[in-house]
Amino acid sequence: MDGVIDFFADPAHWTGTTGIPNRLLEHLTISALSILFATAIALPIGLYIGHTNRGSSLAINLANIGRAIPSYAMMVIPLPLTLSLAPVLGYDPTFGLDFLPIFLAMTFLAIPPLLVATYAGLRSVDRDLIEAGRGMGLRERQILGQIELPLASSIIVGGFRTATLQVIATATIGAILSGGGLGRFIFDGLNQGVAGRPSIYAGAILVAALAIGVDVLLSLLQTRLTPRALRKARRRGMPGPSGPTSVVDGADLPEAAASPA
Amino acid sequence: MPPGTKIFDPSWVFSHLPSIWERIVQHLQLTAVPLALGIVISLVLAIIAIRRPVTYGPVTAITGLLYTIPSLAAFALLRPIFGLSLLTAIIPLTTYTLLILFRNFTAGFNAVPAEILEAAEGMGYTRRQRLLRVELPLAVPLIIAGIRLASVTTIGLATVAAVLGDAFGGLGQLITEGIQGFFPTKYLLGAALSVLLAFAADVLFVRLERVITPWSRARAGAR
Repeated sequence: MDGVIDFFADPAHWTGTTGIPNRLLEHLTISALSILFATAIALPIGLYIGHTNRGSSLAINLANIGRAIPSYAMMVIPLPLTLSLAPVLGYDPTFGLDFLPIFLAMTFLAIPPLLVATYAGLRSVDRDLIEAGRGMGLRERQILGQIELPLASSIIVGGFRTATLQVIATATIGAILSGGGLGRFIFDGLNQGVAGRPSIYAGAILVAALAIGVDVLLSLLQTRLTPRALRKARRRGMPGPSGPTSVVDGADLPEAAASPA
Repeated sequence: MPPGTKIFDPSWVFSHLPSIWERIVQHLQLTAVPLALGIVISLVLAIIAIRRPVTYGPVTAITGLLYTIPSLAAFALLRPIFGLSLLTAIIPLTTYTLLILFRNFTAGFNAVPAEILEAAEGMGYTRRQRLLRVELPLAVPLIIAGIRLASVTTIGLATVAAVLGDAFGGLGQLITEGIQGFFPTKYLLGAALSVLLAFAADVLFVRLERVITPWSRARAGAR
């Protein structure tokens, strides 16, 4: 472990493009971009099918198919395409090897948990409340915004949490496609034999700390967004949905699209 | 990709069938062992948790924390300790199954209605008999749903294990070698086979659930 402390103490590891701050920034940038795109796709679809229950089985089945695809496989499948696209689009060829396939894989992987959680969140809202809203003369849009979304928000954030974790983990693996990010420390270390051990350890610690840190932040957000009355109910007895997989996987609820990467 | 390289070359696949098959078998082992270990551990933890609900919170917190650690980091952290032995891959793969399995197992047991438990008690069942003959069979759908998710997850994570060295083998090794050798046929084959394997496991457990819980099918038919 001495080597690891030295690794962190070495000022050279804190500056430049190969330093920890830049690697962290790369990791966060690609993760944030992917999760943003995935949310932009999954949230509207999830809200639509959750509110109307139209096309839900198709969407949930598609989401389950997406969930079954291993992240590492997902990353290399678009590789031939992105490699041939890179020169056509005028990019540096390495762009086709690192950014694009990793970004596509991460976006694709983040969609199922977001979609399923949004759908499950909306469906978890008591039908009577929605009927009451209709009786009070609320429009469909108002029902969605004022009744369904607030009540479903903690489950939706649960899905967001799962998706974010997956994306952060996948970005780590992305380093094998010469991508940047914190995974770089692990792969560079692996290529250096015994001398690379501190780098492997440091990379692993940084990645684990990042994942846990982000998860803790999102779990705080999740608790905040849970309506107060529901918070108490959940604390009583055996808690229901909480943690990275926000929906208990089962027969009645659509399965949480959760898998670490 | 060097110019002139075919995206997919079937003749390479046909001339390498034995070694590809070996990778598939390795991958299945890399999945089956952690899954079996995970099922045993989670079942024990779930039975403890339904008897002593206080333990539920801490167990989910710990398994949740383990689940949060990205797999590559976990493999990398263990590699210097266990070297290139299978333990380096099997330990994290097992711990990743725990959260899913434990939550589904306890949810399965909790889904058994209290009246049924009382009826079993009224019929003079001991605690053990009640567990084996009443609670376990009724919890089966959620138990299998958990195993299904865990198996698909493990198949995916096992591909990552290969990144650490060819000792771990499996289909991830085909992907890694393909990338490093700029040989699309190899990495696409590895990717396609791991996807197929995940789907096959998914379908298998859906079938299995139907076969061993004929009553749920009857109920669905009546609906």
